[in-house]
Amino acid sequence: MSAPLKPLPAWADVALIPLINVAAAFVISGLVVLAIGENPLEAVKILVAGALGDLEGIGFTLYYATSFIFTGLAVAICFHAGLFNIGVEGQAYVAGLGAALAALYLGFLPGYSLVFVAIIAGALFGAAFAAIPGYLQAKRDAHIVITTIMFNYVASALMGYLLVDVLRAPGQMNAETPGFSKYGIVPQFHVLLKPLGIIWPDTPFNLSFLLALACAFGCWLLIWRTRLGYAIRAVGANPTAAIYGGISPARVTIVTTLLSGALAGGMAANVILGEEHRLILEYTAGFGFVGIAVALMGRAHPVGIVLAAILFGMLYQGGAELAFDKPKISRDMIVVIQGLVVLFAGALEHVFRRPVAALLARRTSQPPI
Amino acid sequence: MNPQAPAASAIELIGIDKSFGPVHANANVNLEVERGVIHGIVGENGAGKSTLMSILYGFYEADSGEIRVNGKPVRIRSSREAIDCGIGMVHQHFMLVQPLSVLDNVMLGAEGGALLAKGAAAMRKRLAQLGKEYGLEVDPDAVVGELSVGLQQRVEILKALVRGAEILVLDEPTAVLTPAEADQLFEMLRVLKRQNKTIIFITHKLREIMSLTDRVSVMRRGEMVATYETAETSPPELADAMVGRKVILKIDKSPAHPGKVVLEARNLVVSDDRGVVRVHDVSFALREGEILGVAGVAGNGQSELLEALAGIRPPASGEILVDGRLLRSSEHDPRAVRRLGVGHVPEDRQRVGLIMSFEACESAMLGFHDQPAFGRGILFDRRAIVADAARIMEAFDVRPRAPLLRTANFSGGNQQKIVLAREIDHDPRIMLVGQPTRGVDIGAIEFIHKRIVAERDAGKAILLVSVELDEIFALSDRIIVLCGGRVTGERRPEETNPQDLGLLMAGVSERAA
Repeated sequence: MSAPLKPLPAWADVALIPLINVAAAFVISGLVVLAIGENPLEAVKILVAGALGDLEGIGFTLYYATSFIFTGLAVAICFHAGLFNIGVEGQAYVAGLGAALAALYLGFLPGYSLVFVAIIAGALFGAAFAAIPGYLQAKRDAHIVITTIMFNYVASALMGYLLVDVLRAPGQMNAETPGFSKYGIVPQFHVLLKPLGIIWPDTPFNLSFLLALACAFGCWLLIWRTRLGYAIRAVGANPTAAIYGGISPARVTIVTTLLSGALAGGMAANVILGEEHRLILEYTAGFGFVGIAVALMGRAHPVGIVLAAILFGMLYQGGAELAFDKPKISRDMIVVIQGLVVLFAGALEHVFRRPVAALLARRTSQPPI
Repeated sequence: MNPQAPAASAIELIGIDKSFGPVHANANVNLEVERGVIHGIVGENGAGKSTLMSILYGFYEADSGEIRVNGKPVRIRSSREAIDCGIGMVHQHFMLVQPLSVLDNVMLGAEGGALLAKGAAAMRKRLAQLGKEYGLEVDPDAVVGELSVGLQQRVEILKALVRGAEILVLDEPTAVLTPAEADQLFEMLRVLKRQNKTIIFITHKLREIMSLTDRVSVMRRGEMVATYETAETSPPELADAMVGRKVILKIDKSPAHPGKVVLEARNLVVSDDRGVVRVHDVSFALREGEILGVAGVAGNGQSELLEALAGIRPPASGEILVDGRLLRSSEHDPRAVRRLGVGHVPEDRQRVGLIMSFEACESAMLGFHDQPAFGRGILFDRRAIVADAARIMEAFDVRPRAPLLRTANFSGGNQQKIVLAREIDHDPRIMLVGQPTRGVDIGAIEFIHKRIVAERDAGKAILLVSVELDEIFALSDRIIVLCGGRVTGERRPEETNPQDLGLLMAGVSERAA
């Protein structure tokens, strides 16, 4: 037995602990780099320079970060309701279908209204795909962790079938849809900035980034400043008390998973509408799963998620540069770092909490009650 | 254990000091507990009893001071070291593995080797021996989760004894027991005392102190303020010492003036989560301006009855009428019931009535969060929420008055005041009140009782469910008794006495017997 954990001051909870967790992940990653015979400091230098060294690097970093903000928010909003949505990967994938169908078949819509409709269609498809596990959890007690894991496979199989057999352009060898028209795409920054005389290198960084930031702010507002957010947090913290307070956990569960799926759909706006301009096979490339790490590291707070998403964006972009410069360090190294971040920020979150709490307790703690 | 020099006390705490930041939880506490006595420690919640015992049991280390066991100075830095010193602890919330057998639980941590058979055989013998010696018989093969709470507590005591405890610390042991189980516990403790064990008994119930202990120490605000021979003190004297001022244990109330019936139950049948019928065919009528007490041993259907009336648990059959109107099945819903003007102070404030991780101001609007006062449209009006919480905290003397502090950081009594304040503030006509003073300190009990009576005098109809007979007697204008989910009798408090109610609570129905 040990004494219960004392509450940490807010600044330590939101800033110090995540920083220590990430630092620990990096130290151990450094040891791995050392073990394969490379200099960790040099690796970090290449990584950071690749991610932030020039506008091109920054563009790619923020492009990746945009996807991570969406998937991180999707996971986080479920955390607040006490739900663990592992299906963001599949939801984002199916959202891509919605966005692509709208962009391909609603071409009669005037001008850029097409792309707005496509973004909304993506969100709706993501929400609809999340609704099934949400409904099963709410009404049938089927655990959402299990169902969402399985729904990722359902998404993968469904999309594979559709792209190979149904949506593939005639004569096309790749399993992908035809390209979208110019009104069916989210404009990239380098295109937008050119007429203003600002030359940004050609990167996939697009307007979805602003949408992601708006979603992050919207999530903050929703969770802490609205009745629905209150209900979500009440159900997550104590379903019994929520029922007493007249809140229906089943309803909250369904609504939360719908919102989560819609947020996952934001990734379709960034990647499918913003960069690929067509639907491709396995476009989500694991970003949905990384969203879990982002949400954990960001402590399910939108500000934390934006910061964590940018960090992961740097890892992706800088990691690619690193793999290019140092053939001994493959892209798998990034997966190792990610894994370590998940380990320290999620699974071992309390490892540093106790010593930090003990350290702070000397000055600022409260008595046991 | 070797017999020590007879002069040495079992436990001596000398000048124990412990601070948590600015809070002085224990200030220069001295306590001497003689061998072979039952020594009570009383004090309000937050008086420092738990901190002191945590220091004795090695959860915390004192900032300064000395602990002596049997006259020898010791350092206790972990529960293991406490056990080595012969100190055993029975926690308020049992530390038992529910699906395992009694034997497995007792052996846990004392297996006596990697293979179990030998240790198990030895332990079985030891349990049988202890059972005979102290009257603590428990079937070693029974599954702990299937035992009654009283028997589970017995297993906890056995765990401590098996580990060679000479000094037993019991932290609020009767909080979870029925009166009959509590009596059994007291009998056990007396047997242990006769066998020269030393018992430290922490409680805030003065009745238990008076009937059980030899000596009693009173803590207040981190200090040990007095130690009495129990025979030479009285409950009022102890209460005054605990609170530091005069306390009125008996509440003054004028006769009730009941008005029309506002809440009625007819042939109500309620099942629990597992489908077991817990309330059988219960009918009663509650009038404006009266307090109807529901007495009974815990677990005799009171909880399910309250939940059904509050809309949390739809009744299996029977009718509930509010203001003479039958509730439709869609109205068996907490929100609908609340809208009809029914306030509900749930029995378990921590699990049901509040959300511990929320700020106090957020907990203070639970159930009313959809009211326009807290913001029109989608967004909350934070300023209104905080101001409203500050207002009701002021009105109900919640301390500290910190609407932004997390609910969990308030003491039990102040948490209860938050619940009560929230429910009363929205001016319900009918109030369902469950265990309003469970785990609440004496100063707060007085305050809460006065508020409940004031609500009655304002014409509210109040249904009071309590397992504390003292509370039932102090507040009720009319009493019904539940046993096994049935109403076994109805009384007026002035026409009955605890013995009479005790018979009804035990299921000896009406005066026919």
